[in-house]
Amino acid sequence: MSNYITTVAVNIAVFSLLALSLNIIIGYAGQSMMGQAAFFGIGAYTAAILTNNGVNFWLALLVSLIVSGALGAIIGVISIRLRDDFLAITTIGINFVMVAIFQNVKFFGGSLGMAVKTPTIFGQRMTPVHFLILLLILIVLVCLLIRKMNNSWFGLALASLRGDEGAAQSFGVNVNQYKILAFIMGTAIAGLTGGIYAHRMTFIFSSSFAFVVSISILSMVVVGGVGTIRGPLVGAILLGAAPEVLRFADDYRMILYGSVIVLMMRFQPQGLLGENSFIMNKIEQYINPLLRRKGGESNA
Amino acid sequence: MLLQQILNGIMIGSVYALTAMGATLIYGILRILDIANAGAYVAGAYFGWYIYIKTGNLVLAFLISMAATGLIGVLIHRSIYGPILSKPRILPIVPLVASVGLFTLTGDLARLIAGPGTKAYNVDFGVEVINIGRLTVVPAWILIIVLTALLFTVLWLVLNRTKLGLAWRATAEDADIAKAMGINTNNAMALSYILGYGFAAAAGIMVGILYNSITPALGEVPSYKMLSIIVLGGLGSPVGTVIAGLFIGLVETMLSAYDLTFIPKDSVAFIALILVLLIKPSGLISKSNKV
Repeated sequence: MSNYITTVAVNIAVFSLLALSLNIIIGYAGQSMMGQAAFFGIGAYTAAILTNNGVNFWLALLVSLIVSGALGAIIGVISIRLRDDFLAITTIGINFVMVAIFQNVKFFGGSLGMAVKTPTIFGQRMTPVHFLILLLILIVLVCLLIRKMNNSWFGLALASLRGDEGAAQSFGVNVNQYKILAFIMGTAIAGLTGGIYAHRMTFIFSSSFAFVVSISILSMVVVGGVGTIRGPLVGAILLGAAPEVLRFADDYRMILYGSVIVLMMRFQPQGLLGENSFIMNKIEQYINPLLRRKGGESNA
Repeated sequence: MLLQQILNGIMIGSVYALTAMGATLIYGILRILDIANAGAYVAGAYFGWYIYIKTGNLVLAFLISMAATGLIGVLIHRSIYGPILSKPRILPIVPLVASVGLFTLTGDLARLIAGPGTKAYNVDFGVEVINIGRLTVVPAWILIIVLTALLFTVLWLVLNRTKLGLAWRATAEDADIAKAMGINTNNAMALSYILGYGFAAAAGIMVGILYNSITPALGEVPSYKMLSIIVLGGLGSPVGTVIAGLFIGLVETMLSAYDLTFIPKDSVAFIALILVLLIKPSGLISKSNKV
């Protein structure tokens, strides 16, 4: 694989993981999280500081997962008090404050950013291909985890709280506990991704974790389809590859991003591949008769 | 020294209040957080700049820019927010995401049309600075404070002394009931957008004059600071927004004047916001529909 394609693929894989993690909070738990990039950053800086001080790469990843998950639990606790718009504004605020801290505190390298050493695997330095394989394994694991979650009591509880929180509570679902759990899961995965990202880039800046990045992640989830596994993956591939495919239209890239988001919200707020979207309805229209025919034959 | 800083803070605070007023009026009626209001701020600054360069008339620049931006606001409401809100809501963040998209769009359109560089607003007031005792006043400050006061008076008169204002207040109270009572809620929403986007445009021009420069990235800081101000002001309360805007303006100037900047100045608004939300989620001034 050429270097260029590997770089693009790693980038898409990183954003796929971020989109999947955000979807746990927004899609499954229905909470308005607008600051996912802050946790991406927390994971990246945690892992970078650890490996720069001689800690093993894999241990550093584990710690960044735990640290960002623990901080995510705090947002979970906040989400019990604040709903929808208020939670959205608060998480936007947390994102800005985190970036300000990364940028102004000497410990985090200040505005100069922070250099990170490339880790080794089996005695040799990790190449982009190694990172890609690691990320792909993680994507598969996260997808399996989400599937498992959906089919469990936890997933059912999230579905009920997404539908009607008051009703869920009156049926004895411990809404608060599941909300916090969803935040921990979503932010921990984002933090882990941040740790890998930091070591892949070998240099991190505060601007890589700005609010705009949160918006890109959110756009991927929303364009693909909220509350599904396929949605964030397709969204990350589409929006992640778009800047590369549209190199010739580089000047119009942000306009295109903006327009796509506005048009999607206006006409397909459930995303391209979300429940009841235009594309899924068409697919079902063609597949359902086939399935029915098969079912009919087996009955006969 | 202290008086000077207070004057400074009031000036910055009135720009904040004016910028956030648009978002407040829109939240008051539609219950959506319109980040795109910061896009109106950028668009207004550029319209004003263009007209000022062409005609050299600042009054004309303010009037045309405010009217044009207000009309764009109505169009955006009719074509985007209205249809989104009329659908059964899938996620509470859908309008917010749409407004973020719109905001991205306006900033980049400004960059493409006017170029990425800085544009200067060379407004000549005749005098450089006015000294009153130990106070130093720049003419642009007087313009900003007087014009903001004037616009807020107009807003107060429209909301409290006209039929349309009454319709606005009724719609803000309960849109469905207002509609059932025969109030044209569409007009009330259009009023929100004309005034809201118009005020944002005026704020954009003022900031352009104050710093003598506009760039396509002009809206980035207001986009989020505005959000924290409207929440601090109790979401949807115009009076609360004015108080919160002045408060944030004063705190920011005081912090930077007395070198208490262990935290970056621009994150003050958000730290205040997070603290207030956690302690008193209804905002500093509890929501009421009185103006």
